[in-house]
Amino acid sequence: MEVINIQGTDDTPNVILDKDNGKFEISGRSLPEDVNLFYQPIMDWIDGYSKDTNDQTIFHIKLEYFNTASSKIILDILLKFEEIVEDGNDVKIIWHYHEEEEDMLEAGEEYADIVEIPFEYEAYTD
Amino acid sequence: MGNLDKHSFLDFAYQLYRTMKTNEISLVYEGEVTQEITKTFTSLTERNLAKSEESNAVQRKVFNVMVECLQNISKHADSMGDEDGEERRGIVMVSKNEDSHNIITGNIIKNEKVPGLKENLEQVNSLDKKGLSELYKTQMRDGKISDKGGAGLGLIDIAKKTGSTLTYQFKELNDEVSFFILTSTIKRNL
Repeated sequence: MEVINIQGTDDTPNVILDKDNGKFEISGRSLPEDVNLFYQPIMDWIDGYSKDTNDQTIFHIKLEYFNTASSKIILDILLKFEEIVEDGNDVKIIWHYHEEEEDMLEAGEEYADIVEIPFEYEAYTD
Repeated sequence: MGNLDKHSFLDFAYQLYRTMKTNEISLVYEGEVTQEITKTFTSLTERNLAKSEESNAVQRKVFNVMVECLQNISKHADSMGDEDGEERRGIVMVSKNEDSHNIITGNIIKNEKVPGLKENLEQVNSLDKKGLSELYKTQMRDGKISDKGGAGLGLIDIAKKTGSTLTYQFKELNDEVSFFILTSTIKRNL
C-alpha cells in the first residue's frame, strides 16, 4: 500500500500512514479552513487499509490542538477504525496529551465514550 | 479620516492608545476575517501570551477560543444590504484584566437567523460541564460538516473550554440584519 506522509504546517497536522512499517500517526495542529479537503485522502487511505489490515494496528493521536470541525473528522476516522475492530481485528488508539492539558485528555475520553475501540492515554511533557 | 480634522485625529489616536493601555487591549480589528487573518491573530496572541506568565492551560484556552470565534465569523458572517456576500467581515477585540482574558467578536447576521442562534446560545448556557460534554458528543456523532466547513460545535466548545456562560447581544440594524456580539471569558486562575 502507498505510504501517506504529510508534513504538518501551522494549521494542518503531520500524518503518517505506513502499513508495511506499522506506523499510524497523526500529530501537531489541526485547524484547516476546509477540513474535508485535507482529510479526504486520509479517509480514502483508511478505506483501502480496512480491506487488508495488519494483525495489529496501533494508531497514535498526538494533537496539541484541533478545532471543532477537525474534531468531527477525527471522530469519522475513529469510526472507520471501529469498523476494522468489528471485523475482528486488533486495533488500539494511543491518545497522547500534554500533562498540563486536561482539555485534551477529556477530548480523548469523549471519543473513547463514543467508539468501541480500546484507548490508552499517554501524558507527555515539553 | 472621515469627519475628524487632522488635529482631532491625532487626539483620537492618543485617546485610543490610552484606552487600549488602560484596559490591556492587545488586539482590535475590524475587517475581513479569513483563514490567513485567523492564523495571524492567533499566532500573535500566542506569542504575546508565551512572553507573559500565564499558565500553558490558560494560553491554550485563549488560543482555542480565538480560533473558534474567528472561524465562526469567517464561516457565518453576513453582510449589509448589497455588499458582496462572499466577504466575511467582523470585529475582534482581545483584552485582559486581573481575573480573565476576554475575546469579543461581532458580526452582521441576517435577522432570520437570529432566533435559531439565540436558541443555540441559550441551550449552551443552560448546561453544566457534563451536559455540554454530552451535547458535544451527540452533535459530533449526528452532525455533518456543512458546505461552509462548520460542524455546529463552536459555541459548545467555547462554553466547555471557558467554563463560563456566553455573553451575547443582538442589535437590530434594520429589517434585514442585526449585529451580533459575543463575549468569551477565560478565567486566569484555573
